[in-house]
Amino acid sequence: MQQTRTGGTDAVLLPFFEWCDATAVGEWIRNSLWLFPAIEAVHLLGLCVLGGSLLVVDLRLLGLGLKRQTIEELGGQLRPWLVGAIGVMIATGLLLFFSEAVKCYYNQSFWVKITTLPIALLFTFTVRQRVVRSGGLETSARTRLVGAASIVLWFTVAAAGRWIGFS
Amino acid sequence: MLTFLEWLGSTSWSIALLESLYMWPLLESTHVLSLGLFVGTAVINDLRLLGWTMNRVPVSEVTGRLLPWTRLGFVIMVTTGLLLFYANPVRYYHNIFFRLKVLLMIVAGLNAFAFHRGIHRRVAEWDLDAVLPREARLAGAVSLVAWALIVVSGRMIAYNWFDCIIQPQTAFVNWAAGCVIEP
Repeated sequence: MQQTRTGGTDAVLLPFFEWCDATAVGEWIRNSLWLFPAIEAVHLLGLCVLGGSLLVVDLRLLGLGLKRQTIEELGGQLRPWLVGAIGVMIATGLLLFFSEAVKCYYNQSFWVKITTLPIALLFTFTVRQRVVRSGGLETSARTRLVGAASIVLWFTVAAAGRWIGFS
Repeated sequence: MLTFLEWLGSTSWSIALLESLYMWPLLESTHVLSLGLFVGTAVINDLRLLGWTMNRVPVSEVTGRLLPWTRLGFVIMVTTGLLLFYANPVRYYHNIFFRLKVLLMIVAGLNAFAFHRGIHRRVAEWDLDAVLPREARLAGAVSLVAWALIVVSGRMIAYNWFDCIIQPQTAFVNWAAGCVIEP
């Protein structure tokens, strides 16, 4: 193992990653031929629902798509699906992480994802949620900015996530 | 068919794509991320037909204003998908999950066609009904299940469990994957 690659303060976290990697759950998934692909498939299905429930509202914030409905109505109706999809993605994502935690530790894409994900989550459930809840039929510079920021943030999380497997 | 695919796979662009350091992963990533746009908006449409979300939004609004985005996602999906296929045609041709995916896409396509030619033509009559017509609900359910299975089988294409070069396989697998077994 090239333990020197991410030296300095980061190395403090390595024992935690090694512990995750050694858990029974991690080992169970790693030792199975089909568990990792199966969990990953559910992770992807979560991506579909997340993408849909997020984009419909983000597009609406940008003034596109379902323009005859208020932002608040669309956001409210799709919220359970958004929250559910995020739940499924986090649960399956954690399982995938436990099965290859040490590999993730040395993976730059993983670090991009794991730092942008909390930002995206925080943004979605604070700034975006407030703007959506007070959103009527009109879009403004503010709603468009929030819609665009949401798309960019979640796109970064997803792209970095996909790239974990390539790097 | 196989001769054509063998020729296709031997073209210099196909080989370049398969062996490229960044082009293939970029295409694959675009293909996967477009799921959010294409299947994502299709799922919302299906859920609406099932009456599981946005029940106060008329169905014609959803199909009219959301499907253009679904189509955009579909174009990206098909373009990147065909290029990925072009990079390694013979392998995919003999891949059991790829074959399953193609069959399921035909099912999803026929279902969408039947919906738009059938019950959707009279959408004005049931646009905001509390319980949508059985035909519409069925179309939503078939689409939802078909696309979920397509996503899963698409993901599984990456695995070589049932590839022809890995033998012995069961007779069913060899038949389904179209493997040519030397006697």
